[in-house]
Amino acid sequence: MDAAAMGAAMFGSNYVFPNDLHVHWSMMIVLYPYITGLVDGAFIIAALYYLFKVESLKPVARFSLLFALAFLCCATLPLLLHLTRPERNLNMLITPSPSSAMAGFGYIYAISMALVIFLVLFVYRPDLVRLRAQSSGKMKLIYRALTFDSKDLSPRALEIDRKIIKVLVGFGIPVAAVLHGYVGFIFGGVKANPTWSTPLMPVIFLFSACVSGISAIVLAYIVIRKFKGRTIDAACIKTSINTLTGFFILAFTFEMLEVFSHSYLKTGYHHMVEGLLNGPLASSFWLWQVKIGSLIPLFLLAVLTLIRLKDSWYTFIAAVVSAILLLQVFIMRWNVVIGGQLMSKSARGYVEFHPVWFDKEGIIAVIAVMIIPFVILYLLGKIFPFWSREEMV
Amino acid sequence: MKPIGPSHNSSSEPVHLPDQAEQLNQMIDQMGNKMDRRTFIQKVMNGTIAGSLLLVFPLTADTFVPEEEIPGVRNEPYDIFDQHFAFVVDITRCIGCGACCVADKREYNVPDGNYRTWVERYVKDLDDNIHVDSPNGGLDGYQTPRKDLDDRTRDTFFVPKLCNMCKEAPCVQVCPVGATFKTPDGFVLVDSTRCVGCAYCIQACPYSVRFINPRTRVVEKCTWCYHRVRKGLLPACVEVCPTGARKFGSLKDETSEVYKILRGEGVLTVLRREMGTWPGLYYKGARMEVI
Repeated sequence: MDAAAMGAAMFGSNYVFPNDLHVHWSMMIVLYPYITGLVDGAFIIAALYYLFKVESLKPVARFSLLFALAFLCCATLPLLLHLTRPERNLNMLITPSPSSAMAGFGYIYAISMALVIFLVLFVYRPDLVRLRAQSSGKMKLIYRALTFDSKDLSPRALEIDRKIIKVLVGFGIPVAAVLHGYVGFIFGGVKANPTWSTPLMPVIFLFSACVSGISAIVLAYIVIRKFKGRTIDAACIKTSINTLTGFFILAFTFEMLEVFSHSYLKTGYHHMVEGLLNGPLASSFWLWQVKIGSLIPLFLLAVLTLIRLKDSWYTFIAAVVSAILLLQVFIMRWNVVIGGQLMSKSARGYVEFHPVWFDKEGIIAVIAVMIIPFVILYLLGKIFPFWSREEMV
Repeated sequence: MKPIGPSHNSSSEPVHLPDQAEQLNQMIDQMGNKMDRRTFIQKVMNGTIAGSLLLVFPLTADTFVPEEEIPGVRNEPYDIFDQHFAFVVDITRCIGCGACCVADKREYNVPDGNYRTWVERYVKDLDDNIHVDSPNGGLDGYQTPRKDLDDRTRDTFFVPKLCNMCKEAPCVQVCPVGATFKTPDGFVLVDSTRCVGCAYCIQACPYSVRFINPRTRVVEKCTWCYHRVRKGLLPACVEVCPTGARKFGSLKDETSEVYKILRGEGVLTVLRREMGTWPGLYYKGARMEVI
């Protein structure tokens, strides 16, 4: 049966295939692309400074690397919690099936992790050598290990460091793009699900990843600096917000392009998805993702980029818009991952998803998984100072 | 003509039986005359002794092996690379009794709420509205008509669903650990010792025939009863179908019913052809509304 007939066939019935009543990919699979997206976006900020020499981003460049590392450490946690046989997770690496879009994740993840770790070590090397000299006991040992027992801070050594950092970031950009574009492709490659199977999916995921990551860095920078009573670099926030605006326009355009082009084509696909977006997802898509999560930030970003504001106001609105965009990307992931499964493959009915509190994929577990990266970030901050010495004011 | 028995008719006219009945009566009379008490006891004893011998003779393991249902599988070397099986569902024959679903649930001890196979009921009205339902996967059989439909019915039919055994199986493609695989004889199976339970195959299957078994915590689906087929037996659902709506056989065997159906006249369809999965499951008499 062709797609048009399928679309027409769904009217007059609300039938869900018996095995479709359960939503198999739930909140942990919402978190998975969300966390990798935060990593990607944060990495983009670092890349803009270390590779493209956007000097105004210097205050957040180091921090964004640590932020990326902290979240990258937890990127596989939602997957482990999702697997019904988590004890077999290493099968993904031991017996990967080359035809599967999912099989490559372990390798891409490992490469990303190695790149970020080496970047952090090389970027922080001068600080680590200095801190090694200042510390004693266990901390001294840690710093010795992290510097590979090298104390060489000669101009030649620092120049080599700089070159290595450039090469690492150069490799890092495609790896970060592949990491998240690939996560998008895991969904985009499922032809059985009409809301997922679009070549735009990796693109949408990639741009929204940049949005969430940059928003997270902006918000975290403002909150931490305020909390510590330190100054906020206005130029840094401005550059970040301009970059964020660009990425968000792209992300939102592609998100809407997907919906509106099919809405105009009116294929069977559209009839099925129309029922989904106006039915089970009416609130989470149109209200939360589009109106609250996208149109309000677009307006605020327009205000920030087009109107001259006092630094304090600019910072405040930047923090607000970043917070809304972090929520928007989370809701967008929700609408893609869970929303996509609310439409039965019978093309004749929809199911409901009610999150539970106490489950390994429940709300408490989601909160826990989202807290852990911040704990890791705090611990990393004990070893790697977030800000350089000149920014300690 | 000779009257039989006492006449129930009070009139003097006797009741006449047809010739055949008269002959039968004569035969019974003759037998009755020959069967004296001695002969009767002799016959009973012979029967008893013959029956008792069944208990005395040693029974071999294959005494109760069911008859081969798929010719050429059991007693010949099974060349796994030279097989071609097909499953045909004849929608015009299905009566929605649910026997196939019961047989399947018993064969595999399928947990409640999960379905390796199910039967859908389609009701089409004069406005082309399609009403489909499958309460409990059709396990209880469709014993009463739908009462919630006011529209005048134009057509009703039942559609059994099971694994499509796709030649280009999306589930095999997406399984990240190779737990779902395709056998050389064309069956898509799951290695339960390898499955990690990521449910990617569940997302990828356009027919929604897969589920995670809550007991084993691995993915499960219809196998067309591969374990039975390799023993020359039909899948459990095919075996119990009272109307022959489910048919299974080898396309290498030109005498098989599936071969004749595939070679013969009549329109066969597959589900979701646009998915490019090339199912090995064919539907006979499926309306275009069947998804």
